[in-house]
Amino acid sequence: MQITSALPIAKMVGSNRVVLGHGIVHVAGDASLPPEEEKDLRRRLVERALETLESDEQT
Amino acid sequence: MRVVHYVNQFFGGIGGEEAAGLALESRDGAVGPGRLLEQVLGDGSQVVVTLICGDNYAVEHQDRVTADVVKLVRDADADLFVAGPCFEAGRYGMAAGALCTAVQAELGIPAVAAMDEESPGVDLYREGLYIIDSGANAGAMRDVLAKMARLAQKLVDGQDIGSPDDEGYLRRGLIRDEFTDQTAAERLVDMLMAKAKGEPFESEMTSTSFEPTPMPAGVADITKARIMVITDGGLVPNGNPDNIERVAATTWGSYSMADKNELKGDDYEIYHGGYDPRFVEEDPNRLVPLDALRELEAEGAIGELHNEFISTSGLVNPLANTRRMGKEMVEKVKEEGVDAVILTST
Repeated sequence: MQITSALPIAKMVGSNRVVLGHGIVHVAGDASLPPEEEKDLRRRLVERALETLESDEQT
Repeated sequence: MRVVHYVNQFFGGIGGEEAAGLALESRDGAVGPGRLLEQVLGDGSQVVVTLICGDNYAVEHQDRVTADVVKLVRDADADLFVAGPCFEAGRYGMAAGALCTAVQAELGIPAVAAMDEESPGVDLYREGLYIIDSGANAGAMRDVLAKMARLAQKLVDGQDIGSPDDEGYLRRGLIRDEFTDQTAAERLVDMLMAKAKGEPFESEMTSTSFEPTPMPAGVADITKARIMVITDGGLVPNGNPDNIERVAATTWGSYSMADKNELKGDDYEIYHGGYDPRFVEEDPNRLVPLDALRELEAEGAIGELHNEFISTSGLVNPLANTRRMGKEMVEKVKEEGVDAVILTST
């Protein structure tokens, strides 16, 4: 699966499992958040990534 | 000019489908269409060696045939390698594309192929290779060979190569600087006007099309799965040990995260020329989410995290490069028993 903020590129090349990241410059983070909140956000993102890996649905 | 010519079993005069299992053979001089190729190349050129291989054999043993062909072309001291024309013969086109690509890369001599645009060899090799559009009809043999010869002569002489339409080759998706009388804005408006009026116009760039990738089945039990992280965001240990290029990377690396519960900015840097690297250099978990994955691993939400992450830089890279690197990465991923990959892309 792919975590990316460049969704049109992922769709163009045919990625089947995509989760939208939090910006090109910190796809798995958010520098505007306090560290603990940023880590929670990252954990939720990774959990969503794992859900897509278990699923047979295109995302 | 010394030419080595590759043909399949049919054009080599050996047989049809029943001879498709034929192993690679080398013959002195021109065979079949090679005689006509010699004629259209003109005086001073000769086909010194003809290589003939069955279509099935060439595709089923591609690595071996490629290595043998490269060696035979080198031994023949050739100035030029020509494969085909293959017309709509799919396996022949695949072999011709692979062989021309390898000969060019390894020997540094020009190589020219010809095939029908629908041949599967076209999409695989068009970006790295001049492939003359042969159409599907073998009756056009002389005409196609003449185009191949004209283009090949220019390549050997180091002359400028014209546009696909001028030279008769299939679009490679290359962009080239050129002087024009009109600015981009003027050309764009002209095209738009033509389109609105229903008049013909020619785009200066055609986008690459991608074959759909089949959807792989989901992981049966993620709590037992071995997960690996790959990134195209260019994260490398300090010093960039594998010399990954910031632009159009030709290589990739795999870096240990064993004994680490998070990635520290002091240990890594970004080799990628296409985005502001400060945020990831401050906290590399923003690209390779090791801290979150370690937590999930400890909680049993995943079976195991692979102790290395793979990295390269994905920026204005020819598809031939990225496809090769992707295949190399897949080999490693399979060898090391990885069940699923998280790819983070910038």
